[in-house]
Amino acid sequence: MSFTEQFPIVFQALNTGFLQTVKLFFVTLAGSLPLGLLIYFAARSSFKPLALLFRAIIWVVRGTPLMLQLIVIFYLPGMVFGKAIWGSGEKGRFVAAAIAFIFNYACYFAEIYRGGIQGVPIGQTEAGQVLGMSKKQVFFKVTLLQMIKRIVPPMSNEIITLVKDTSLARIIALQEVIWAGQAFLKGSQGIAGEIWPMFFTGVYYLAASGVLTVALGKLEKKLSYFSI
Amino acid sequence: MAILEVKNLFKSFGKTQVLTGIDFCVEEGEVLSIIGSSGSGKTTLLRCITQLETPDSGLITVDGEVFFDGSNKKIKAAEKRRRQRMVGLVFQNFNLFPQYTALKNVTLAVEMMAKERPDYKENKKAIQKEIRDNAVSLLERVGLSDKMENYPCQLSGGQQQRVSIARALALNPKILFFDEPTSALDPELTGEILKVIKALANENMTMVIVTHEMNFAREVSDRVIFMDNGVICEQGTPEEVFDNPTQERTKAFLNKFNE
Ligand SMILES: Nc1ncnc2c1ncn2[C@@H]1O[C@H](COP(=O)(O)OP(=O)(O)OP(=O)(O)O)[C@@H](O)[C@H]1O
Ligand SMILES: [Mg+2]
Repeated sequence: MSFTEQFPIVFQALNTGFLQTVKLFFVTLAGSLPLGLLIYFAARSSFKPLALLFRAIIWVVRGTPLMLQLIVIFYLPGMVFGKAIWGSGEKGRFVAAAIAFIFNYACYFAEIYRGGIQGVPIGQTEAGQVLGMSKKQVFFKVTLLQMIKRIVPPMSNEIITLVKDTSLARIIALQEVIWAGQAFLKGSQGIAGEIWPMFFTGVYYLAASGVLTVALGKLEKKLSYFSI
Repeated sequence: MAILEVKNLFKSFGKTQVLTGIDFCVEEGEVLSIIGSSGSGKTTLLRCITQLETPDSGLITVDGEVFFDGSNKKIKAAEKRRRQRMVGLVFQNFNLFPQYTALKNVTLAVEMMAKERPDYKENKKAIQKEIRDNAVSLLERVGLSDKMENYPCQLSGGQQQRVSIARALALNPKILFFDEPTSALDPELTGEILKVIKALANENMTMVIVTHEMNFAREVSDRVIFMDNGVICEQGTPEEVFDNPTQERTKAFLNKFNE
């Protein structure tokens, strides 16, 4: 098969794979952004056992490879319960991947939230307080935006890393874009032993991280009118 | 009647006793300076009066109203806020809100308070205009009419401190407290702050100023307090305290400054 004949077939397959990549990316963000905040609050709770538990969880999650976590979350329930609790096939793999990614990224985000929230000087709260503002007013009108400004740059780094990290889900055979490219190496739809589809997946990652870099850079710029 | 009365005030942090039975009064329109070596408890005293810290015991009244009562410490959040609005505090490091312009820094707290008024919705326009006009005139008073739309990061330290003075004045406090208002500034910028404080003194603003600027304290104050190790060691007119101190510790402290 000539390249011009191969291209539409490969393009179609990679698009399908990339759709799964994008889905995993957004599901991870939607889950881990709020979960990270909850984990941050739990880890600094004044109820010591809860705080210690969550600090230990953060330590373990950040101290082991995401790939390992994916494997454990995908296979362990089956070994323990003797059946696939994540559901079968591609749907089950996606659920397991999403859980691993959400949990892993939430732990990183918790640390970023910590830096952002604790980084706002106590003087800001006190200035609001002596002006007779309520706690809620101080939070929403004074400290929140300063936290966001502190959080955006490290968050942007993590989010761009996440685009590339989604490829780790290949290890549990999630049919994302790398998996789709690799299929043509092994043989699929009459194409076998072709390495170029694999190389071509790089274009998808470049495009995605390019778009995100521009968008997040814009957000950062939007907050650059003041300095902290 | 004194506008501020502090009686037998005690405050400790853990085992560290910081204020040990502080007693003093401030009359309406009076300017009181508090001097004393580092760690003597000056900042803690201001923070106790402005309710950023809760004293252990004692009594504070402002304009005849109980402000803090050691035997009845539990007060509602709303009541605490009402009390805090009666006094203003100017911080050593300004603590301006970086995301707001100079003007918005001055109006923010007043707007928050106005929004809680029952008639706010009906008279929104008029109330907002009044708040803005008042803030504009306060910024003019501190010599910043051309910097109202600037953000703190676009202002010099001296200008930032003047905005923070205007911000503290916006709620029309009965007493204005300053905690070393010039010590975070380059020496050439302290003059502009001292000028603003002097102008306020001429308008009979009641002020309590913690300062290390002895010449300024002598010039602007009606009365001076020397604090040492959590107690008021000596108080009197600037002439009494600076020229004829009676306590050895005051003499030692002033000698260090005159060297
Ligand atoms: N939050 C706190 N926790 C523990 N100790 C504190 C706290 N705040 C103040 N102190 C202690 O209280 C004492 C008095 O501090 P304070 O800041 O009131 O002194 P100061 O007279 O304002 O000194 P300076 O001239 O250096 O500003 C110091 O020994 C200080 O270490
Ligand atoms: Mg101090």
